This record gives sequence, C-alpha cells and structure tokens, in this order.
Amino acid sequence: MTTLDIAPAPERPSLASRYNTFMSRHASLMPTFAAIAILIVIFVGAQIYFGNFVTPRNISSLLLDNAYLLILAVGMTFVIITGGIDLAVGSVMAFTGIWLASLLAGGTPAVIAIPVIVLGGAVIGLLIGVLVQYFDVQPFIASLAGLFLARGLAYVVSLSSIKVENEAVLWLQSTRWHLGSWYITPTGVLALSVVAIGALVMHFTRFGRTIYAIGGNEQSARLMGLNIARTKVAVYVISGVCAGLAGLVLTAYSGAGYPRNGIGTELDAIAAVVIGGTLLTGGRGYVLGSMVGVFVYGTINTVISFMGAEQSWTRIIVGFLLLVFIVVQRAIVARAERRG
Amino acid sequence: MKTIVKHRLFWPSASLLALIVINTIARGSFVKITVRDGELYGALIDILRNSAPLMLVALGMTIVIATRGIDLSVGAIMAVSGAVSLQIIAGSDEPDNIGVVATAVLAALGVSLVLGAWNGFLVSVVGIQPIIATLVLMLAGRGVALLITGGFITTVNSEPYEFIATGYLLLLPFAFVLAMVIVAVVGFVERRSALGVLTEAVGINPEASRLAGVRSRGIVWGAYIVSGVLAGIAGILYSSNIRAADANAAGLLIELYAILAVVLGGTSLMGGKFSIAGTVIGVLIIQTLESTILFLGVPSAQSPVFFALVVVIVVLIQSPRVHTWGRKLFGGSRSRDSSKPSSDVEVAA
Repeated sequence: MTTLDIAPAPERPSLASRYNTFMSRHASLMPTFAAIAILIVIFVGAQIYFGNFVTPRNISSLLLDNAYLLILAVGMTFVIITGGIDLAVGSVMAFTGIWLASLLAGGTPAVIAIPVIVLGGAVIGLLIGVLVQYFDVQPFIASLAGLFLARGLAYVVSLSSIKVENEAVLWLQSTRWHLGSWYITPTGVLALSVVAIGALVMHFTRFGRTIYAIGGNEQSARLMGLNIARTKVAVYVISGVCAGLAGLVLTAYSGAGYPRNGIGTELDAIAAVVIGGTLLTGGRGYVLGSMVGVFVYGTINTVISFMGAEQSWTRIIVGFLLLVFIVVQRAIVARAERRG
Repeated sequence: MKTIVKHRLFWPSASLLALIVINTIARGSFVKITVRDGELYGALIDILRNSAPLMLVALGMTIVIATRGIDLSVGAIMAVSGAVSLQIIAGSDEPDNIGVVATAVLAALGVSLVLGAWNGFLVSVVGIQPIIATLVLMLAGRGVALLITGGFITTVNSEPYEFIATGYLLLLPFAFVLAMVIVAVVGFVERRSALGVLTEAVGINPEASRLAGVRSRGIVWGAYIVSGVLAGIAGILYSSNIRAADANAAGLLIELYAILAVVLGGTSLMGGKFSIAGTVIGVLIIQTLESTILFLGVPSAQSPVFFALVVVIVVLIQSPRVHTWGRKLFGGSRSRDSSKPSSDVEVAA
C-alpha cells in the first residue's frame, strides 16, 4: 500500500490507487454496484441457460409485472433512510386497491376515486408518522398498527374480490406503447416517474438532504437546526402515498380489487430495498438502487417460472440474497466504524 | 390501593377482567362451564384451548424481546415444524403408532431448534439487527415448508397426533395444560436462577453487562433457540388442530400477535425487564378480544381493525408525551420536572 501511495507521479495516479480512492469515497455505493453485478450475472446466466431469456418482450414484462413493487420500494427507501421501517405498505396497498374497485363499482368516476384512495393511503401514513414522531412509538410498532388497521379496513370494504370495469383504470394496464418489440404500459410509466421523482427529491432538494442527515445521526441533524419532526412525519406520508399508488397499479394489473392482496408484500419491498444497497440502520441508500433491487427480485421470479420450478424457491433465494447483502453491509459498516 | 394500581400487572389484568365482564353481561352463557364425561366445555375453555399456540410463541418472544431483540420468523418456523411432523406421519405405514408420532414430533422440534439456533447465530455472532436477521428466515422459511410438503396441504388421520390439540387431561384441554406446563418451566428457570436477571441485564445494556462478565452472546443465542423450539411446538399444535400442514396459512401474522401480547403484558420493546405472567395475560386478552369480536357478528377477517385500535391505545398509554398531558390534567406539582422527556421534540418542532 505504501509503495502505491508514493510511487505514482502526482498528476497521474495509477489505476489501482484511483480505484482505491474511488472505493473509499463511494463506499456507500458498493452494495448498489453489487446488486447491479448480480442482476447482470442473472441475466447472462439465464440467457446462456435458456437461450431466449434477454428479449425485449421479457424485459418489458419485468417492469409491467413489478410496477406495484417498484412504487412501494421507492416509498420504503425514504422511510428506511431515515432509520425507520414501514410494515404497513402491503396492507395499505390491499386496502386502497379494494377501495378503488368498490368506489368504481359504485359509479364514482375515476378522476375522483383515484385521488381519494391515494389520500387514504396518505392518511394512514400520517397516522404512523405522528405516532412515531410525537408519541415516541417505535416505527416497527406504529406501522404494525397501520398494518392491522389497513388489513381490517380492506375486509370492511369487501370480503370478496370486486371486478373493475372502469375503462380509465383498465386503460392503465391494457395500453401498450410499442418501440420495436419493446413496450411500456401507463402503469410502467407511472412507476418509472415515481422512481424519477423519488431520486430527484432525494438528491437535489433540502428535504432529501434532511432525510439523509436524520438517518446518519438524528441528534446531529437536530443540532444543525434541521426540521426533524416535519421530515420524519413526511416520509411515512410519502410511503403511504406510494402504497396508495401501488394499490391503483395492482388493481389495474389484476383487473380486480381483492382484500387478501399484498400479504407479505411489505417484506418483499424491504428485501428489494436492502438488496438495492440501502442500509437498514439508515443514512445510506439510493432510490435507483431500490429499483435495481426490485428488478433482481423480479428477474429471480421470472427465471424460476422459466425453469418451471416451484414458486416457493423465489422466497428461499430472495431470503438467501437478503442474507448475503446484510452480511456485506455489516462488513462495510464495521470497516467504517474502525476508521471513524 | 395505590400499590395495587402501581403494580405492573394491574392494567393488563384489569383489561382482561373488564373484557370478561362485558362478555358476561352481553351473553350470560359466556362464563358457563359444563362438565361432560370428565371434560370441561364452555366459551372460556375454548379461549384457553385456542390460546395455546399463541401462548408458546409469545413466551419465546418475551425472552427474545427481553434481550432487546425480536423474532419475526416464528410463524415460518411453525409452518416448517408442522410440515416436518405431518410429512413423517403421512409417510409412515401406521400413523396411529405412538412411536411414529413421537419420532415426528421430535424431528419437528429438532428442525425448529436448528432454525432458532440459526437466528441466534446471525444476531449474536454475526451481529446483524434482530429484525433483519429473523426477516431472512421469515421470507425463506415458508418457502422451505412448501418444499417439504411439495406445495400441497398434507393431511393425516392419526389419533395420537390429534390428541395433542384436541385431547383432554385432568378436565382441561391437553393443549392448554401443555402450554401452562411449559410456561411454568420457563418461568421457573428464568426466575429461580440468575438467568432471568442476566437476560434483563443484557437487554438493558449489552455493553455494560459484557464488561460485568455476563456471557451475553450465549444468553442472546439461547433466547432465539428457546423461541425457535417454542414456535416449533406451536406449529405442532396448529397442525394437529387442523390435521393438516398448511405451509401458507400456518402461523400467518402470529409474530405480530405475539409481539402485541408481549407489549400488552407490560414488557417494553426496548428490552430489559420482562414479565412472563404479563405475557400470559396479554395472550388471554387477545384471545378473549378475538372471541368477543366474533360474538359481535363482525367477520373475523375484519378483526384487525380492533387490534389496530388496541395497539394504538396501548402505545399511547405508554408514551411519555401522554404521561405529561396526564400530569398536567391531574395535578400540576410534578409536571415541571416530568415535562423534560418531550422537550427535545419541542425543540425540533
């Protein structure tokens, strides 16, 4: 190491030392790079194995099938970077989804029904945020209350599934904008816009920087005079809004609202966020990383259905990947602590 | 009177009693217990019988939470344990043979022990946050259970196995007796030896207890093993009750109800002081509430709304800010020094 530091001329550092500098400056990017590498490995491996895996059609349907998870993961990223967690998203998605279907079946026009259900998601998020911030409830327990509440409300709306016949909502799913053999649906566009807005807010606004500061060290952020209370409540509201949008997308995707939807989806979202390189202790992570995490999850799903294997393998493999990533994260944090 | 109100079990016990009284007023038959063929029957007995799996899971959860941890994987361990034991019984030629059933139960418990040890390894040796470490198994466990049953719901007809959940011993349901014996054993070991105090020490301050010479790693590891084994027994009870191993439905959301029971019983999620008696009362409150909701004619699927209300009320009662409000309302003299905890929030706002 010492020879490397001395040997190269100052204006022309060697490739190795450049690599070292880059890595030490961007240590928090490492897990996300690892997720991208894994995604590429899965793609290449599946392409070699199946021969027809990486096709425009397959990759387009990857976005289509996982649009709701992508939206949930963006909201979850905001919450996790502040050091919190939101267990309610799966249930809120089920509740808003069935509520939308029920409103539409009752004759409410889509332009009213959609904002109403997104607002419904936001209100549950607000409830969780207020419990966390103003009543010192642990995020885990507060969002647990949100989970129970939303799941129960979903069944209050309807005990069985409700078919959607509204054209505007079905249009979201059935329209395919083609570019060659690539296609994208309005739900896909919606999901990608949520990702883009999330990433922009995170990196180019004061609000986004406050979120990172809270996750890094809440006490220091408070002493810096940042508005902790408003930001912490806001991330849960954002997560609730995302869950509301996910409810819309899922209802459009399946053409029906169903109160049993999304059981355990909060765990899939958390797993995708962690695989995408966000640290569960907060302070580090990227919205774009979470998108990669969702694609890793979705690709594993597709590979398993290609192989015709049991779907239960998806969960086992995702569980295993989650383990690998948290061990890697643990090592990174431990290294950072030794330096600090 | 004041010492009774101050006792940590006062509020949980009072809520349980209130629930029972309300039920009795609403329907007199609620407290009626009849004896038939040396077996007790009645709504209260049903509550006791049905509470057994949650009781065991919540007991393990209490120990884990006392070490400042949490175990999300209990539902998945229940599914695996039920799948293992039923698969062995279904695969044998004589499902009514006690030896076969004993082998199946022991195998299921062994697997649960290994899964609990795995959680404990991740938390105590690798040093991963408990929520995440157990999330791995929560995700993967159900997949494993589905693989064991081959994606089907394995069903069996085995009399000795069914006895575990539906049989009677000394007038009482065997499942309840079993749960109570295990609660008594765990309570005895924790409270009549130093183990309970050491567990609390680890939960209150892991670093200080380590410096004081407590082997915190072993204690934390042990807590997850206990939780795993207890979840395994709960899985056997569940599968014995429905005579089937349903990898998707077994123990679904039970981790959340177990955590709720622990919190209702007065054990703080921040670790440290724990109360096994409190957890038992918490479980009975949940089970009675469930039975009340059913009686009110609300579909059981909608019952989570009520549990959400219960969680919100319980956490609000525990919250320092509400305590401050309470003191301001009921006597101003002590309010000055006690308003401190919330001052940092006000700075932020």
